[in-house]
Amino acid sequence: MNRWTPFEWIAAIRFLREGRAQTLFIISGVAIGVAVIVFMSAMLTSLQGNFITRTLSAQAHIQILPPEEIARPLRTSTAGVVQAPVVQRPTQRVRSIDQWQRVVKQVRARDDVTTVSPTVSTSALAVRGDASRSIALTGIEPDAYYRIVRLPDYVIAGSARLTGEDILIGSELAHELGLLVGDRVSVVPASGPTRTLMVSGVFDLGNKSANQRTAFVSLHTAQTLANLAGGVTSIDINLRELYRAEAIAAAVSMSTGLKADSWTTTNSQLFSTLSAQALSFTTIRAFVALSVAFGVASVLSVSVIQRSKEIGILRAMGTSQGQVLRVFLLQGGLLGCAGAMVGSTLGSGALRVFHAVVRLSDGSELFPFAVSLPLQLLAVVAATFTGVLAAAVPALQAARLDPVVAIRG
Amino acid sequence: MDKPASGAPADIVVQLDGIVKRYNEGLSSEVEVLHAIDLTLHRGEFVALMGPSGSGKSTLLNIIGLLDRPTSGLLFLNGHETGALDDAALTRLRSENIGFVFQHHHLLSAFTALENVMLPMLVHRKFPDAAMRERARALLMRMGLSEWADNPANALSGGQQQRVAIARALAMNPALVLADEPTGNLDTMAAETVFALLRRANEENGTTFLLVTHNLALARRCDRIIEVVDGHIVKTDAVSSASVAVQVP
Repeated sequence: MNRWTPFEWIAAIRFLREGRAQTLFIISGVAIGVAVIVFMSAMLTSLQGNFITRTLSAQAHIQILPPEEIARPLRTSTAGVVQAPVVQRPTQRVRSIDQWQRVVKQVRARDDVTTVSPTVSTSALAVRGDASRSIALTGIEPDAYYRIVRLPDYVIAGSARLTGEDILIGSELAHELGLLVGDRVSVVPASGPTRTLMVSGVFDLGNKSANQRTAFVSLHTAQTLANLAGGVTSIDINLRELYRAEAIAAAVSMSTGLKADSWTTTNSQLFSTLSAQALSFTTIRAFVALSVAFGVASVLSVSVIQRSKEIGILRAMGTSQGQVLRVFLLQGGLLGCAGAMVGSTLGSGALRVFHAVVRLSDGSELFPFAVSLPLQLLAVVAATFTGVLAAAVPALQAARLDPVVAIRG
Repeated sequence: MDKPASGAPADIVVQLDGIVKRYNEGLSSEVEVLHAIDLTLHRGEFVALMGPSGSGKSTLLNIIGLLDRPTSGLLFLNGHETGALDDAALTRLRSENIGFVFQHHHLLSAFTALENVMLPMLVHRKFPDAAMRERARALLMRMGLSEWADNPANALSGGQQQRVAIARALAMNPALVLADEPTGNLDTMAAETVFALLRRANEENGTTFLLVTHNLALARRCDRIIEVVDGHIVKTDAVSSASVAVQVP
């Protein structure tokens, strides 16, 4: 017995130590439960984080677009009389955002915005000899845009350089048109002059369709090709906190009067899939925690029955109901804490093995290994709390034991 | 702790006035096991409580020990009227004034002999750690168990365990020790040793002892014998004129 250790701690530890086998079994049970929770939580967080990072590495957090063109019914001067009631939906032309420089300046001034990049998007044909392919052409300011989409990371041949004469193309397009770095390709827009550009780099976005259709040129070149002298078709924005994208998009839309789409809206299906996945994982974790709690409660209930005479004698020698209650609550907490510490180590160890063994087909990691200390601490605190909570009923049983009945057995 | 009731004679440790105990009150199975018991135990007395099984001895002992409450009547412990006290106050009064020795020693097997003796002191942390150990060792020495002090409680013989239980009962230097058949499970020699230790504690510390026993030979070596039959005290005699009518099972 250590100096000044409270009686409750001494009794709780001694009781657990005496029922060694029982204690080991329940600690193992708690450990397995916590290991599952830590493993699943860390894997889910890493997988989802990785997935979102990959998704967002090829798109902006928010994209500002010009308002859609709409047609209105033609009315006469007589109130309520419509002259041409059938309204055909107008085609959406490629057009510039009105006063986009002012919008860029306004958005840049926000504290929650890290990068603003104006772009021009248009479609064109890439022609080489007899072969041609339709492409989605994006004109960018490389310095700003590369902070949003890390294009240089995807370049597999040449460089990410973009002067007025350069074009970056996807690997599939390069393959289909037989283009190599340094080759020339004609770009024929739907309207506007044809330009011949030099392939400065070939990239691989990890998606065959994207690699077939995507091409990047400088902003000025795109403006010429799209017949949008000095204009831009969208403004890409990256944020400090990507999960606030929806709210910030609404605020930007409100202040600029333009359409602002957040990445969660653009990828709403992906987002709801991730949410559903998180919900199902949470449900599984809750059931694991519940089974651990019932395990602790059942072991302590048995312990109360086994120790009823000892509880009676403790009460007879002056132990208060509160002290008896605390002895059993502490046992629950200690079981939860010890089990969680073992389980947390087991869970992160299992994740490390899983991470090392399970790889993508190209040999790269499925997700970055990350078991955070806060997650482990949270698991220990939560399991300790669950242990105390699970011990509440047996502890109350123990505290309410009538000493006379308990001693008589 | 409240001060003793004014006017209560200082040498009275326990005083029972008209104590009644009924079980299942208000039900058809209601039974009265103690009928208007009046009893006084003085400081330093060594009293035997006898009576046939089911006569109400244990109930009386539990009520005096504040483990059970009487249905009616007054119980004074060291001058404190206990009827109005709540459970916490009763627990405190019990721990400070009463030691228990049971027929089945009821030591805590998770602790050593020394730690079992320390337990009542540990519960209240009234003494520094070293003082608790010193007192527990001294008590074990008086019980002749110095060399067994650090053994687990369940590694001791029945007689040794009962001696540890006596040391534990004396740990808080209580005014009253209630012993429920402390020698009932022991052989003659061990019973003799235990009885002698109880007697010695009584003589050296002036502790009042109330012993439930069926052993008439031991009872006759007490200062007084109280006989309970069917919930009534039928005799309370000094040993010199004690009745020998009680049957030893």
